[in-house]
Amino acid sequence: MSTGTQDKPRRSAGGWLLIAMPFLWLMVFFLAPFFMVFKISFSEVAVAIPPYLPTFDLSDGLAGIKDAFSTFSFDNYIWLTEDDLYWKSYLSSVKIAAVSTLITLLVGYPVAYGMARSPKAWRPTLLMLIILPFWTSFLIRVYAWIGILKNEGLLNQFLLWTGLIDQPLIILNTNLAVYIGIVYSYLPFLVLPLYASLEKLDISLLEAASDLGCPPWKAFWKITLPLSIPGVIAGSFLVFIPAVGEFVIPDLLGGSNTLMIGKTLWVEFFSNRDWPVSSAVAVILLMILVIPIVLFQNQQQKAAEKQA
Amino acid sequence: MIKRILSGVAVLGLMAGSALAQDRVVNVYNWSDYIDDSILTDFTKETGIKVVYDVFDSNEVLETKLLAGGTGYDVVVPTGTFLGRQIQAGVFQKLDKSKLTNLSNMWKDIELRLEKYDPGNEYAINYMWGTTGIGYNVEKVKAAIADAPVNSWDLVFKPENAAKLADCGIFMLDTPEEMVPAALNYLGLDPDSNSAEDIEKAGELLKSIRPYVRKFHSSEYINALANGDICLAVGWSGDILQARDRAAEANNGVTVEYTIPKEGALMWFDNMAIPADAPHVAEAHEFLNYIMRPEVAAKASNYIFYANGNKASQEFIDKEVLEDPAIYPNEETVKKLYTVSTKPAKVSRVQNRVWTEVKSGN
Repeated sequence: MSTGTQDKPRRSAGGWLLIAMPFLWLMVFFLAPFFMVFKISFSEVAVAIPPYLPTFDLSDGLAGIKDAFSTFSFDNYIWLTEDDLYWKSYLSSVKIAAVSTLITLLVGYPVAYGMARSPKAWRPTLLMLIILPFWTSFLIRVYAWIGILKNEGLLNQFLLWTGLIDQPLIILNTNLAVYIGIVYSYLPFLVLPLYASLEKLDISLLEAASDLGCPPWKAFWKITLPLSIPGVIAGSFLVFIPAVGEFVIPDLLGGSNTLMIGKTLWVEFFSNRDWPVSSAVAVILLMILVIPIVLFQNQQQKAAEKQA
Repeated sequence: MIKRILSGVAVLGLMAGSALAQDRVVNVYNWSDYIDDSILTDFTKETGIKVVYDVFDSNEVLETKLLAGGTGYDVVVPTGTFLGRQIQAGVFQKLDKSKLTNLSNMWKDIELRLEKYDPGNEYAINYMWGTTGIGYNVEKVKAAIADAPVNSWDLVFKPENAAKLADCGIFMLDTPEEMVPAALNYLGLDPDSNSAEDIEKAGELLKSIRPYVRKFHSSEYINALANGDICLAVGWSGDILQARDRAAEANNGVTVEYTIPKEGALMWFDNMAIPADAPHVAEAHEFLNYIMRPEVAAKASNYIFYANGNKASQEFIDKEVLEDPAIYPNEETVKKLYTVSTKPAKVSRVQNRVWTEVKSGN
């Protein structure tokens, strides 16, 4: 009809399917579960299977769903504001995640930089070495840290042997262990995007700077760093976002005073059996994370446009 | 042609039938370190029923799975207080007592105490029972405190004592349902109190010793005690006795002892029950009946150092287990033991909130 549509190549059924797949994936594995959680967050606790009321019964049709909606209440969200435990947990999680991200960046940048500057023939091997730990279960790797950090662990044994300390350092079950765990686990997520952006960097820019008498540190500061910023941002978000909701690392390596929202949510869900309140905690957590996720998306889009 | 298809279907049906006969299965979900593995292999040898065995270390995890429904488990082992609530929620099916011919072996006293959670003993049989007391490293405690009050809760609930033990390490069970009653009992209040005010007081006591507790965890203390990593754990009787045994076997210079403090301790019951949606009900009953055999129950107790609810098994239990007052407390000690009831949701929330406050300082 209109010339506009004729200009565009017509999509075949397969083409549409290709586009639909990611959306379908998102619907089934993200939106649908999210709505279930969202819905439960408006229910109340009950001694039953499942332990909340009201439950959806699709057999009641639209009227049933309408009924269920009319009994929904915001009580659980109000509850979250009344007890300072929750916002303290959110805040503490964000803090721990932010500090870990910063440390990961300090550790990861030199690694990525070294990889990008290494001879071309080495790079696939180095890349492989970064990815290799993923071949082992995440849980087992975190457990391994218990063996390293505990009082009689490898680290303390070594330090005692060298004579640097005469009392074992208590690291396990402290926040320090949580930082170590997060930095270790998420390091590849930061190194990989950073390496990608550093590798693309045009060496001739640095050569020009050097020719014009610019010292290497200044060249790094003026050229390398600014050009690697997209990689820094992408990597940092990839560390920060999952770290906020981290549960396994604080649970296994952290102490009892490690306050993180993942653990608070666990207590709410398992000990209090309060699915509605824990759902509300999860919904708020997602809302908090939406901000960095949107920022991340924006940045990614800008980077893509720049390339185009 | 049709005939051939039909016979094909018949053959398939037969194959499925025989496959089922071969693959009789029972899915058991029990506490970690809580059975002698040979009991499971013997059961399979005798009945041909394969045991798929899975473990947990907290009632909370078990309960959440049960309340979500569709666990696929045929036999689960909740503690009394949890059992009570789960029965109310409709999690379990009534036992078919006609299939449980060994029920007569059970210990009437224990059955009577279980009625608090399961009136009429309709849903569960007792597997093991025990106490929540103090396990300690004899040498390390002696080194830290000259005349340590090892037979009293003073050892851990008095801040000056806890402070002295902090460096060598204190572990505590991560379960408000047991630690709050212990604190209440120490304060001279009703350990089964539902009053928020009382629970807050217990919280204050626990907070006063909180800085000296290295970790709240419900299973790690076995190894930690046995290896000499810590000098004190508030934990379950049999677990601490297992630590005692492991330390003795390792011959690592660590001596672990268990004490039921003179102020009293919690007596709890772990019970086997069959979920309402269990896929293998018949096999589950066979398993329960097998566990109730005197020799089998005795074997389990001999291995895990917990007292069982099976009176007839006592003649098969090793002397050092049966006569150990830490496992089978004498009558005088039993009088000091208290039980707690299933808590209403509101009380449970207060307890858990206080517990979070204690643990995280928030």
